[in-house]
Amino acid sequence: MTAPLLDVRGLKKHFPIAKGLFHRVTGHVRAVDDVSFTVQEGEALGLVGESGCGKTTTARCILRAIDPTEGSILYRMRDDSVVDLAPMSVGELGPLRKEIQMIFQDPFGSLNPRMTLFDNVGEPLLVNGMRRRRERMDRVAELLRLVGLRPEFMHRFPHAFSGGQRQRIGIARALATGPRLVVADEPVSALDVSVQAQVLNLLLELQSRLRLTFLFVAHDLSVVRHICDRVAVMYVGQLVELAPTDAVFRRPRHPYTAALMRAVPVPDPRVPGSDAILKGEVPSPASPPSGCYFHPRCMFAEERCRQDAPLLQEVTPGHFARCHFAGELQLGTGQAA
Amino acid sequence: MPPIPTVTDPLLRVRDLRVSFRLDEGTVRAVDGVSFDVFPGQVVGIVGESGCGKSVTMRAVLQLIDPPGRITGGEILYRRGATPIDLTRLSPRGRLMRDLRGAEIALIPQEPMAAFSPVHTVGAQIIEAIMLHERVGRDEARARTVELFRDVGISMAESRIDAYSWQLSGGLRQRAMIAMALSCKPRLLIADEPTTAIDVTTQAQILALLRELQRKYDTAIIFITHDLGVIAQMANYVVVMYLGRIMEEGPVDEIFHAPLHPYTRALLRSIPSLNSETRTVLPVIAGALPHPFNRPPGCPFHPRCGDILGDRCATAVPALHALGPRRAVSCFLHSELAEPA
Amino acid sequence: MSDIQTIGAVAEDRIAVASNWTLVWWRFRRHHLALFSAGLLICMYLVVLCPEFFSTQNPERTDARQAFIPVQALHFFDDGWNPWVPAIVGKRNPVTLRMEWTTDPQRKVHVSFFTPGEPYSVFGLFQTNIHLLGAVDPAQRIFLLGSDRLGRDQWSRIMRGTQTSMTVGLVAVTLSVIFGVVLGGISGYFGGFTDQVIQRLIELLQSVPTIPIWLALSAALPRDWTPIQVFFAITVILSLVGWTTLAREVRGRFLALREEDFVLAARLAGCSRMRIILRHMVPTFLSHIIATSSLAIPVMIINETSLSFLGLGIRPPAISWGVLLQEAQNIQTLALAPWLMIPGLIVIVAVLAFNLVGDGLRDASDPYSH
Repeated sequence: MTAPLLDVRGLKKHFPIAKGLFHRVTGHVRAVDDVSFTVQEGEALGLVGESGCGKTTTARCILRAIDPTEGSILYRMRDDSVVDLAPMSVGELGPLRKEIQMIFQDPFGSLNPRMTLFDNVGEPLLVNGMRRRRERMDRVAELLRLVGLRPEFMHRFPHAFSGGQRQRIGIARALATGPRLVVADEPVSALDVSVQAQVLNLLLELQSRLRLTFLFVAHDLSVVRHICDRVAVMYVGQLVELAPTDAVFRRPRHPYTAALMRAVPVPDPRVPGSDAILKGEVPSPASPPSGCYFHPRCMFAEERCRQDAPLLQEVTPGHFARCHFAGELQLGTGQAA
Repeated sequence: MPPIPTVTDPLLRVRDLRVSFRLDEGTVRAVDGVSFDVFPGQVVGIVGESGCGKSVTMRAVLQLIDPPGRITGGEILYRRGATPIDLTRLSPRGRLMRDLRGAEIALIPQEPMAAFSPVHTVGAQIIEAIMLHERVGRDEARARTVELFRDVGISMAESRIDAYSWQLSGGLRQRAMIAMALSCKPRLLIADEPTTAIDVTTQAQILALLRELQRKYDTAIIFITHDLGVIAQMANYVVVMYLGRIMEEGPVDEIFHAPLHPYTRALLRSIPSLNSETRTVLPVIAGALPHPFNRPPGCPFHPRCGDILGDRCATAVPALHALGPRRAVSCFLHSELAEPA
Repeated sequence: MSDIQTIGAVAEDRIAVASNWTLVWWRFRRHHLALFSAGLLICMYLVVLCPEFFSTQNPERTDARQAFIPVQALHFFDDGWNPWVPAIVGKRNPVTLRMEWTTDPQRKVHVSFFTPGEPYSVFGLFQTNIHLLGAVDPAQRIFLLGSDRLGRDQWSRIMRGTQTSMTVGLVAVTLSVIFGVVLGGISGYFGGFTDQVIQRLIELLQSVPTIPIWLALSAALPRDWTPIQVFFAITVILSLVGWTTLAREVRGRFLALREEDFVLAARLAGCSRMRIILRHMVPTFLSHIIATSSLAIPVMIINETSLSFLGLGIRPPAISWGVLLQEAQNIQTLALAPWLMIPGLIVIVAVLAFNLVGDGLRDASDPYSH
C-alpha cells in the first residue's frame, strides 16, 4: 500500500476569545482539537457532524484558507515526495494551490457575479500560467462539457443560471487546474431535492473518471453514505468515529454516530420515528464537558465516562471509535433495511 | 338554517387558490389553482422545492401576502362556528383577521431568530400575545407562559422566560417559538420549514415534540417542508406541489408507497437513503427547476418528465382530478381532464 | 413551439450576457425622477464646459446706470417663431432719487439663437464669438435674470458661477474618493495595526467640528493668492474632511468581501493579493462608491456655497453660487431685487438633482441583491 495522499496529524485550530476594551484573550474556542486521519489517493472520505463540530474548520485548515494552530498536514506530491502544508507561507503555497481545490456550498456566493463563466472558470488557469486566451477558451469549453454544460454558455454571467447549474460551474472551476485532492464543503445541501441527485452523480462520475480524491464535508448522512468510501464523524472538535462507510452504517461503534443516524427522518411513513432521541444540546467548544465530551447526552454513560477522556481506539481493523465501551455496545441505527 | 357542522367537516378548505406577483419583469403566478382540505386534528404536509408556491400558499392562508403579490382567485374557507368564513374576503389588517391570526391560526416560522424581537425577553412577547387575544391578567398570562415552556420541554422554565432570544440556542429558540404559537390554543398551526435551519439531532427533538403536542392539543397542522423524510414522519395527508400547482395529494402512505404523479415518483427515487449502496448512480430528474418567470406552457413538469405523452402535455395544463374522496392527481396519465385554456 | 416561448428565450439570452453595468443601467432607467435629474445634471455640466457660450454678456461688465434691472422674461413667439424680451423702461423716483425699472411688453427687444457677440475662447483652443442667445442688435444689453447692484448680468454670472461651484463639488469629491478608497482599502485589507491607526485618524477628523476648522483653514489662506489658487485650496480643504466617511464605507466593504466565497475561491486558485483586490473586490463595490460619491457632491456644493456666502471661500472677483448669494445678504436688496435670490434656487435644484441621481444609483448599484 502506498503512502496516503493526505495525512493529517494532530491538527488543532484554536480561536482566541477576546474580551473587553483591550481585547484581552480570556480563553480559546477549540474548534478543531487534535484531529488525525489519512486519505488514500482515489478515495472519498466523508467528514460529518452537526454545526459547530469543526468539520468545516478542519477542511479550511487543509486548504490553508485559515492557519492551523498546531499539527501537520502531510501531502504526497506527484513525485511521491511528502510536504507539510501546515507551516507553509503564502508564497510556498502558491504552486500547491492547483493540487488542492475546493467546491463550495453556496452556488450563489461562490462565483463572482461580475465575471462571465469564462472568466470565473478560466481564472485559475490564467493565474497558473496559461496566458493565451485561445488556449484558455478551449480548456474552459472542455471543462464545461465535462460538468454537463454547453460550452456556448461561456460568455454568460452566473445570474443566468439556476442553483444546480451554478454548482456545476463551481465544480468546473475547481477542476480547472487538474487538482488531485478536492475538498467539497456541503456541495449539495443548498440545492433543491430534484437537482441534488444530478450533482451527486456528476461528482461520482468525475471522481472515477479523473481519479480524484475527495474530502467530503457534509451534515447529511444519506449523502455521505452515497458518495464516500470512509466516514469520519466529528463531535465538539474531535473525531469520534472513523471507519469504512458500510461498517459505520451497519454497525456504528460510537453512541453519537448511532444517535445521528437515528435522527435522520426516514422517507417512509411505515418506518416509525425512533423513540430514542438524543437529549440536550451540543456543548460549546469553548467549555467542553469533562471526560468524554459526549457523556452528558449519552444514554450509556457511566462514572468512568465523566472522568476519563476516551481515546480513539481501533475496534475492528480499520474501524476507530472514541468510546470506552466501543467494543461492547450494541447500537441500533433505527433504520429498517 | 345553516347546516350544523359535523366532525368530518374540514377546518380549512382551500379551493382553486391563485396568487400572482406583478413585477417589472412580468407577472409570476406563484400559486395557480391550489385546492386542499385540512381536517381538525390532522397534519397536512405541503412538500415541494423552491418556487413551488408552498410558502406563498401558507402566507395566503394567513393573509400575509405583501404587494406586489395579490390573491387573484379562489377561496380559503375557515370553519368558525356554524358558517365558514372566506379568508380571502377579509381585510388583511381588519379586526377579524387579526383576531384569527395568532389566536386561532398560528405560525411557526423557519427562522425563530427573526421572529422574536431582540429587545424584549421571549417571555414578555408571549405574555403580550396571550393578553392581546384573551382577557387575562399579566400574572395569569405569565403562569400560562411558564406552563407552556414546560410543555415544549424547556428546562428551568421560570428563569428561561426572562431570557432574550439571542441568549437561547437554536433548538431552544425554536421551542420558545412553538410555545408562542401554542399560547392561544390555536385550532390550526402552520409550520413553515420549522426544522430547516437546525441540526439533525435537534430536528429529531423538535419533530418529536410537535408530534406529542399535536396529539395532546388535537391541533390541525399545515406542515411545509422540502424534506420528504420529515413529511413521511409528520404528516397524515400530503400535498405535492411544483411551480405553483398541485401535482398530487393523498394520504401519506399512498403518496410514499403508491405515488401516481411522475414528479412524485421521480423525486422519491432520486433521494439518497441511509440504506442505499455506496457509490451507485442515483436515478435523476433531468433538467433544472425553471425560473418562475419562464414557466413552461402546458403541464409545468413536462420538460423534465420521463413519462411524457407527446404534445398534449406541452400544450394543455392537466386539471387536478379527484380519484377518490381524499386522493387527487393532475396528470394526463390518470385523467384526460385539462384546465380551461 | 409557441411564439411566446421563443420571445422569452431571446429576452433571457439578453439578460444572460448582460454585464453588471448593463444591469445597473437597466435598473437605473426605471427611476424616472433620477433619469430626469441625470439629464438636468448633464445640462449643468455642459455649462461647466463652456459657460461663455451660454452667457449673453461678459459677467464682469459693470454699469452703474443699469443696476437692479428686473427679470426680462424670454418669449419665443411673436407672429410665429421670433424670440424677444420686453424692453426696460427706467424712471427716477423723485423721492428716493433711485432708478426704478419696469418692463414694457409693448416694446420688444428681438433676440436670436447662435448669434455673434462678445468674443471668447473655447478651452483656450480657438476663438469664437457665437453665443447661445443674444440681442439681434449688438448694442442692446439683455438681462434674462435681471442685474445686480453694479449692473452686472445675473444670467451670465450664474453661468460662470455654475462652472465654479459644480467643479468644486466634483473635484473635492474626486479627491475624497481617492483618499477614501486608498486609505479605506489599506485599512480593510491589511487590518491589524495599520487599520487601528487609520481608524483613529478618521475618528479624530470626524470629531473635529467642521465649520470652525473650515473657517480657520480658509482664513489662513494668504490674501494675495489668485482666485485659481484659492479655488484649489478650498477644494482640498473640503475634501480633507469628506474622505473619512468614504474610507469607512470602503473599509466595511473590504471586510465583508474578504469573507465572500468567491474571494476565497480566487485565493485558493492562487490569485495574487493585488489581483484579488483589483479584479474581485474593487469591481464589486465600485458601483456603490459611485453612488456614494454622487451623494457626496451636493454636500460639497452646499459646503462651498456656505463658505463663500460667509466670505471665507471663493472670493470676488471669482464667481461661484456662494459669491452670488452674498449679493442677497441684506434685507433691503431682497425687498428691492428679489431676483437676486435666483442663485439660491439653482443651488437647491442642483443639490436635489444630485441626491435623486445618487439615490437611483444606489438602488440600482446592486443588481444581484434580490
